[in-house]
Amino acid sequence: MRLQAVDVKLGYGDRTIVNGLDLGIEAGTVTTIIGPNGCGKSTLLRALGRLLKPMGGQVLLDGKRIEQIATKEVAKILGILPQAPTAPEGLTVADLVARGRHPHQSWYRQWSADDEGAVAEALDMTGLLDLAERPLDELSGGQRQRAWISMALAQGTDLLLLDEPTTFLDLAHQVEVLELVRRLHGQAGRTIVMVLHDLNLAARYADRLVAMRDGRVVAAGTPHEVLTEELLLAVFDLDAKVIPCPVSGTPMVVPIGTRHTPQAGVTPKEVAVG
Amino acid sequence: MSTAAAVAHPPAKERLRAIRRRRTLTLGALLAALVTAVVLSIAVGANPVGPAGVWQALTAPTGSESDIVIRSLRVPRTALGVVAGIALGVAGALMQGHTRNPLADPGLLGVTQGAAFAMVASILLLNVTGMSTTILFGLAGALLASVGAFALGTAGGRGGSSPVTLALAGTAVSAFLYALTSALVLLDEQAMNVFRFWQAGSIEGRGEAVVWQVLPFVAAGLVLAFANAPGLNTLSLGEDVARSLGQNIALTRAVGIAAITLLTAAAVAAAGAVAFVGLMVPHMIRPLAGPDNRWLLPYSGLLGAIMMLVADVVGRVVALPGELEVGVVLALLGAPFFVALVRRRKPVRL
Repeated sequence: MRLQAVDVKLGYGDRTIVNGLDLGIEAGTVTTIIGPNGCGKSTLLRALGRLLKPMGGQVLLDGKRIEQIATKEVAKILGILPQAPTAPEGLTVADLVARGRHPHQSWYRQWSADDEGAVAEALDMTGLLDLAERPLDELSGGQRQRAWISMALAQGTDLLLLDEPTTFLDLAHQVEVLELVRRLHGQAGRTIVMVLHDLNLAARYADRLVAMRDGRVVAAGTPHEVLTEELLLAVFDLDAKVIPCPVSGTPMVVPIGTRHTPQAGVTPKEVAVG
Repeated sequence: MSTAAAVAHPPAKERLRAIRRRRTLTLGALLAALVTAVVLSIAVGANPVGPAGVWQALTAPTGSESDIVIRSLRVPRTALGVVAGIALGVAGALMQGHTRNPLADPGLLGVTQGAAFAMVASILLLNVTGMSTTILFGLAGALLASVGAFALGTAGGRGGSSPVTLALAGTAVSAFLYALTSALVLLDEQAMNVFRFWQAGSIEGRGEAVVWQVLPFVAAGLVLAFANAPGLNTLSLGEDVARSLGQNIALTRAVGIAAITLLTAAAVAAAGAVAFVGLMVPHMIRPLAGPDNRWLLPYSGLLGAIMMLVADVVGRVVALPGELEVGVVLALLGAPFFVALVRRRKPVRL
């Protein structure tokens, strides 16, 4: 286990969001946490990335209690990208990515060839070499998200936590970002934990899904094991059909809803609704 | 490293060189402007002296009237302008960086009103006379007010000191001290006079001793400020990202606030309520410095000193034979300029 939550109690102020949760992240997997709004998935991710101190229980990084490791040492092992981060105006892509080298620097060691190399490699991995000099505000949403991921890459950690890396992106850019995540995993066997909203994309790009509701883990396993019609009902209160994705064969969610009027020239068949 | 990255390396190097060249040029230009402002500040006044005269007074004084004016009045005045200007410029950039608020000025933590209250109270209650002692009280008051605001802003909050609660606490402390000061000055004419003069903001007639008095505070503040710059860079990406990069948030904030307090306290105790410089200068220089605080801070310091001296020189010539205080000129020139700046560009996001 690279990263483990043991009986954690999480919350803000007097509000408890997660209580008595256990979760293990295995090395070299892409894990995606899914669940309805407010179920505590981002809270859990923040706790795994030591951005939030548990009120009870503990988070273990490589078997050691994460709060007992110096934060700068953690930063060399684990990178976490919060939801919708913001940068000061005028900051260029290269400057942003360079700031990812912070954990490797100190007052006596400012900027080195290692840093230079890591930044160039991170920009290359994310396909941003040509945009390196552009200010972040001039980029498209997808490019900007790639720039942030690039910063986390420059940090040089093999454990990456991404909180909704596809928020505010259109479908094409969502796919672009998730393809990148998959490449990062494939290239160095990085362990990746994400929070995603889109169930179909989650099933498509993750090795393991963790479904949460009301601060508890309801199911964890492969997308086939987790993404079932019963689970959708239990976790999201959603009536849906789950069919194999025509492209990848991974489970695909088709919500049932109420509007089934056939469009001209289209007849719903194959799948019986009801 | 992959080949694509290696191929893209030469342009990256070139870009780096271009950036370095631009930064060195900007630094050179600012230094040249500062030297010019210093010379102007020593030469210009009710008794103007040419450059040769300035040089002679500084290197080989003969004891002539103009030599005395230069050595005992204008040099200390200029030195104080430089010291206070640097302090306020750097403190302003730091304050805006830490609060991520482009409208934050270095007096936000109650420093200005703390200095005012302590000075007035020392005159009125302890019968203190003499510039030096009053300024010492001003310094102490500014530091105490800032510590008070910091304590108030962090008390009770679980998450420590968020910039917003700090700003609120600072505003509350300022308002409270201002009320006390206003009440005190009504009781005593001498305190009223000191307060009025201080309130306008001036670097005239402080003397050499005052410069030496505040210099250690400014020096300590500058050391902390520059040590704070890399940390502030990561903080500008948000607290979560900063923490994820291994930054100790509480320590970075504490160092930053200590630096702001030392710098601003020294400047306002000696030169009065001129914290406006700290609001304006970072905005003027940001287009040239970019968002990197390691450059923004020194640039802001230099420009702060330039603005201070230029405003002081303008104040000496526009109302001959009298003078306008530097704080008044800064407000008169600065306010319209600031309005134009804000209107021309959309407000910066920090």
